[in-house]
Amino acid sequence: MIPEIGHFALALALALALVQSVVPILGASRGNRLWMRSARASALGQFFFLSVAFAALMRSFIVSDFTVRNVVENSNSLKPMLFKVAGTWGSHEGSLLLWVLILTIFGAGVSVFGSNIPETVKARTLSVQAWISVGFLSFMLLTSNPFERVFPPPIDGNDLNPLLQDFGLAIHPPLLYFGYVGFSIVFSFAVAALLEGRVDPAWARWVRPWTLAAWMSLTAGIALGSWWAYYELGWGGWWFWDPVENVSFMPWLLGTALLHSAIVTEKRDAFKSWTILLAILTFSLSLLGTFVVRSGLLTSVHAFAVDPERGLYILMLLAITIGGSLTLFAWRAPTMEPGGLFKPISRESGLLVNNLILAAATGTVLFGTLYPLFLEAVTGDKISVGPPFFNASFVPMMLPLIFVMGAGPYLSWKRADLGGVLQRLRFVAGLSVLATLVIWYLTEGGPVLAYVSILLGFWLFLATLREWAMRIRLFDVPFGEAMRRARNLPRASYGMTLAHAGLAVVIFGFVGSSAWKSEQVVFVKPGDEISIAGFDVTFEGVEQVRGPNYFADRGKLTVRRDGKEITVLYPERRSYPVAQSQTTESSIRSTLAGDLYASLAAPTSEAAKASGAWTLRILYEPLVFFIWLGAVLLIVGGGLSLSDRRLRVGAPRRTKSVPVGSVPAE
Amino acid sequence: MSRMIALVPLLIAVVVGAFFLWGLDPDRNPNAIPSVLISQPAPDFDLVQVEGLDVPGFSRADLTGNDGPVVVNVFASWCVPCRAEHSVLTGFVERDGIRLFGINYKDKPADAAAWLKELGNPYERIGSDFSGRAGIEWGISGVPETFIVGPDGTVLYRYVGPVVGDKAIKTFTKALVQAQALKEGQS
Repeated sequence: MIPEIGHFALALALALALVQSVVPILGASRGNRLWMRSARASALGQFFFLSVAFAALMRSFIVSDFTVRNVVENSNSLKPMLFKVAGTWGSHEGSLLLWVLILTIFGAGVSVFGSNIPETVKARTLSVQAWISVGFLSFMLLTSNPFERVFPPPIDGNDLNPLLQDFGLAIHPPLLYFGYVGFSIVFSFAVAALLEGRVDPAWARWVRPWTLAAWMSLTAGIALGSWWAYYELGWGGWWFWDPVENVSFMPWLLGTALLHSAIVTEKRDAFKSWTILLAILTFSLSLLGTFVVRSGLLTSVHAFAVDPERGLYILMLLAITIGGSLTLFAWRAPTMEPGGLFKPISRESGLLVNNLILAAATGTVLFGTLYPLFLEAVTGDKISVGPPFFNASFVPMMLPLIFVMGAGPYLSWKRADLGGVLQRLRFVAGLSVLATLVIWYLTEGGPVLAYVSILLGFWLFLATLREWAMRIRLFDVPFGEAMRRARNLPRASYGMTLAHAGLAVVIFGFVGSSAWKSEQVVFVKPGDEISIAGFDVTFEGVEQVRGPNYFADRGKLTVRRDGKEITVLYPERRSYPVAQSQTTESSIRSTLAGDLYASLAAPTSEAAKASGAWTLRILYEPLVFFIWLGAVLLIVGGGLSLSDRRLRVGAPRRTKSVPVGSVPAE
Repeated sequence: MSRMIALVPLLIAVVVGAFFLWGLDPDRNPNAIPSVLISQPAPDFDLVQVEGLDVPGFSRADLTGNDGPVVVNVFASWCVPCRAEHSVLTGFVERDGIRLFGINYKDKPADAAAWLKELGNPYERIGSDFSGRAGIEWGISGVPETFIVGPDGTVLYRYVGPVVGDKAIKTFTKALVQAQALKEGQS
């Protein structure tokens, strides 16, 4: 009964979406306010019905209702409760349901919080959002119904892929989807603006909070995914340039560009058609991600079960959404009047360089990701493009970006005083070089690129701090006065400082853990000792342990430094009998200075197993913790910026007193 | 002019979309990596023996004129999966009497000799490919890889990765039977 309610709720949501995709937009062109306002009810209604459907599916997972095919295929009665809940979005159908749920959350969000948006823009935006809803709801109902029953019901389910039975990965998809799908509303805003034929600073201000929210979630989702890969896959790496990682990274790169170009549109009324294009492309790349993961187009470790029929349907959706919006762009964008002029040395130029580099980097990642497909189509050769391509092409592109990032905030709008900026940055540059020399002395050798990256990391970090100090005139005025200024600084400015500093921290993590990593793969018998990066690790042996739905071989490693015991690591190798697969659970001693990482591989043969010999992978990755620390700074920075008064979307009472609606409603 | 530029994103999207449409062909498996060597003569190479082992090296000439197919396995002492694969290959040699040649890929002769001393030597001939040159000729993508070469020196089959685990052994056994290195029902 409950699954049928869920199914029915989906159908009702589709009906509402159909209404919403026509009525408000017609109302906007005819000036019918009632029709325009109907969007609010239908957007909230869609959100309600999707919540009902989602809750129905989640209930089926929680009570292990094995009459539902999706539950049978992705759950098991022995699975811990957290993963039963997470199983709701562990499959193609369930994750699609989550996707559409988030789509409706953003639609409902705009209709509730967007009280400062003119009614025509809001109506058009919500109609466009409903077009996307219609596409994906019909896709779900026609090809991927999550509520399909199975008869006769089996006694137990097939269990969720054990690799996915992990806390980090349980919350990774929702965050990632909030990011992906969050860009949908930005897309809808862009299409609405094109239909309206007008983009102005106010438009940029409405779009920015949604972009920020989506960007923050995407950052968190990607960081979590990389953290998961780091400790779960047992290779000690945090990024593999896998196609699915790339498709989540591309919207992030373009989304970052969009965040910055929207600032220019907001402050200077420039970069208008570019901002619109970025908004369209960012969401297009999110859709591309959805398509690649679900169509089996590229080879990847993450892909869902492949079904060509579904692939074709999504490709059709993509063609309509992306093709349609870009056609509209080609038609309308040239008519947009260009905005404020600026000199080559100015904040605008800095942000332009930022945008060009980010767009070029996105293009590079896109090309590298799709190149195997292109080549196979043209010549029939099959190749795979791996980390060497991306490291050689993407990393050097980022270096100038980091440089500009450090200097950019010093530049003033329109025309900057280059001499003054150079003077302010002299000290920062000197200190960065000095710090890098110290690192060079301490590390005794390493790749040149690593030192250049470290130098730029210091540059960005120090320049960001210096810029903050300059704003509050630290050391120029009495300390109390500087603190008062610090309190009065807008939150958006703190957001920028934190996010930029966060990226510098991330860079230290990237460089430290890739350039100065030590790794050993050894065969060990109980009692063997391994020395790595100043640690002496003793392999004590392996014991069998039992979990709720798995068995595990758990190794015990005693770690000593200078003869003193500092910790014990317990890497595991788990076997999930129902899902018939194994996972490695690495054991990590994490400190700010670096991670000592141990993972256990299967015994090489029966004979080796009998004698107690195991393959052990031990790594020392300096500074790797900084990657996630920096990601947290990025997210907190985004959050601070989002909570800035200027953008606060959820505070209609306050925004009424501030003349935000500089553009009168039509 | 700006009208033309505004069209560029659309054109790119259409081209990419066309590739996607092509890529959706259900018969296409992006995971399969076919070898260009299949049904081709084995590449030309000449490998000396591994120092410290009393097993001869081999060249392309040794792959022709045999009375049955020969299995050529690329291995190295530094390669962890090779260790697992070793017992499987030894099993094929001892139980089924297949002929196994080894290409010792980018390995120090002393390490390779010690490795084979520890685990035993199932190889009839072992060529030392210290420079990795023969590996390039054979077009290997990693270690281990295993080829089946017919009596006329034609490459019949290529297996990428270790032949370890039931599924892999089944696949490989099937290939051996097809190449007539094994009789039906054997093993």
